[in-house]
Amino acid sequence: MIRDFFRVLTINLTSGRSTIVEVGGRNEVAGGSGLAALLFNKYGQTDKPWDDPEQPLIFAIGPLTGYFPLMSKTVCAFKSPYHNQYAESHAGGRSALTLRFADLDALVITGKAARPVCISLGSRHIEIKEVHYLWGMDIFATGKYLRHMFRGSGHRSILRIGPAGEKGSPMACINADTYRHFGRLGSGAVMGVKNLKGIAIQGDASFPLPENKDYPKIFEEVHKQLTDTDMMSKYHNLGTPVNVIALNDIKALPVRNLQQTSDPNIAGISGEKFAEVALLRNNACSGCPVGCIHIGFVRERFSEENRYLYRQVAYDHEPIFATGSMLGVLDCFRVLDIMDVVERMGLDVMSSGVALAWATEALEKGIISESETIVPLKFGYAEGYKEAMQHLAMGTNEFYQTLSKGTLAAAEQYNGKDFACVLGQEMAGYATGETFFTSQALGFRHSHLDSAGYSYDQKPGEKNAGKAADFLIKDEQGRVFLTSMVSCLFARGVYNDELLGRCLDSVGYKDLAEKMSDVSRHIQKLRWKTRFATGFNPNSVSIPKRFTEIVTWKGAIDTEHLRTLKDEYAKRIIELGADNDKKTT
Amino acid sequence: MKILTTPRMERCIGCHSCSLACARLVHKRLSWDTAGIRISTSGGLSTGFEARNCLACNPAPCVNACPTGAYSQRKGGGVVVRKKLCIRCGECAKACPVDAIYLDLTSEPFVCIHCSRCVKYCPHDCIEMKEVAAEPVEGETAEEAQS
Repeated sequence: MIRDFFRVLTINLTSGRSTIVEVGGRNEVAGGSGLAALLFNKYGQTDKPWDDPEQPLIFAIGPLTGYFPLMSKTVCAFKSPYHNQYAESHAGGRSALTLRFADLDALVITGKAARPVCISLGSRHIEIKEVHYLWGMDIFATGKYLRHMFRGSGHRSILRIGPAGEKGSPMACINADTYRHFGRLGSGAVMGVKNLKGIAIQGDASFPLPENKDYPKIFEEVHKQLTDTDMMSKYHNLGTPVNVIALNDIKALPVRNLQQTSDPNIAGISGEKFAEVALLRNNACSGCPVGCIHIGFVRERFSEENRYLYRQVAYDHEPIFATGSMLGVLDCFRVLDIMDVVERMGLDVMSSGVALAWATEALEKGIISESETIVPLKFGYAEGYKEAMQHLAMGTNEFYQTLSKGTLAAAEQYNGKDFACVLGQEMAGYATGETFFTSQALGFRHSHLDSAGYSYDQKPGEKNAGKAADFLIKDEQGRVFLTSMVSCLFARGVYNDELLGRCLDSVGYKDLAEKMSDVSRHIQKLRWKTRFATGFNPNSVSIPKRFTEIVTWKGAIDTEHLRTLKDEYAKRIIELGADNDKKTT
Repeated sequence: MKILTTPRMERCIGCHSCSLACARLVHKRLSWDTAGIRISTSGGLSTGFEARNCLACNPAPCVNACPTGAYSQRKGGGVVVRKKLCIRCGECAKACPVDAIYLDLTSEPFVCIHCSRCVKYCPHDCIEMKEVAAEPVEGETAEEAQS
């Protein structure tokens, strides 16, 4: 629905009461990332810890959600259990379109239920249902029960947590519609501390379309670009796992806790290998004809008499890196085995894989022993990792409880900081060099998607910290506008500023279209200002020694350039967050 | 005459592009409900997808159920709906054996008109128009039906 305000549903789990609130600011923050920051400033408590019952869990969509293809993601915002600061995590699936068709721009959940509950909502209903019997269930069992409990098959989204979220693990994700995730920075724990096991959103409203000639024309133009050109073929074909071989070839793939940047046997977990032997089918986020979700299968013989079961596991480059190359597991089926356990437990796959890679090296070095790890962790030993993932999710002993708070937290206690592959949070699957390391270490989400540092590293050119910092800041500004729409970032090559402006204008957001540059700058500042208000200090972030020891296709890491770039980027971020733009208050 | 068919739903990825196209192009709405084809899972996202759409019955039970003549038989199967005559009673949806008719909040019915506009939006060619012999509708001879 086109409107110059935001229609927000707030649900207080302590009181059980809900309210529809009309919030102004459409032409200042657009939606998505901008709206989430605005709502955190309205409902969040900057000075209280992440698990204070009053802290909000926010889901926000954008002005173009549903109106154009690939405007299909939702921004989740919360105070993170990982660093106790403001954080965002994004997911595809169905939640964006279901929120649109529930006639909401955002959902804000505060308070804490007395007993485990699920929320069911749509355009004409809200229900908080007591579900103590689901507590303890894994992601898949929870999803199956919620399907039967609530209506709307096909046109609903089911968000839920597993045991990791229930335990309050800072590595817990929110599973979105089985195959997607609000993965990083512990959103699952935020649901867990609220005693919120699941959220079922039914998209059951419909709206009149803009009555003008431009909208249908622009829709066709966008759709054609996304489907008829080769701009999206990477995602449609092998998907993001195409990166595995590409990065390995340039010695930029993290292998065995980043002790290596390539492996001669990497073909066993390449995108090509997965497609050849393990790809079962594809899925799509609602409203996306690209369908980049790749679902593999594993089968397990459970009795001597040739009895098998099979499981379906979604895979991407990042999970393959985190549970494959990083753990030295180079067989695609064994990688899917580990991912399956991670999924069931409701863990973030990147954080947990990288954490266990550190634990493996720590065990090798004798810093910790099997009395800590319980199982004999060894690079390449998939069975050990499957068991360890469960310990990590359940917090079986003090070691795993500490490790779930982050690899650096464990390294603080047990030593081994030098080889902790942490860049703000556990690293993403790119070891491309100084710009990426800086980008993830200081980036707003500590994500490889904050800005294209990994891409910048691969372009030839002089090492100039000022220019690299300029690039990171400018690229982030563009991306933050896309994540305010809320576009899938895979479509960033299609949705350039000019096209976005026409899209917005065609559905009735003329004012927003005319000041996109100002708005994106404003959102960028607002997000940083919010992050700083909750305690972030970019100067306190360190990049562990391991990142300076690697060799890529460019040669050794230039530690001086890395230090200079990090300092320069930190300075730019601080300037952004400190800028007293009147609109940010 | 051509009718919309869904011969390759095993390929469906659940993008809803067909439903969204129908709502957008035929009914001028942003919706995945007010559409002549709707997609749901067979039993959760791990089980694949099914389409809810008009199977082009002839005779169509919904025509018989309609008390005002808003529904009439379409040549080649399916129905022609004259919404001006519709009193929003919902009998058509009750009569449909395959749940192909969606009723909105006001009980306005939405059913496939076999116009083909959704087809090109399916990225995996799950749906296609199929030529069928035009069976005579009530009061027509076989020759008249083919004309």
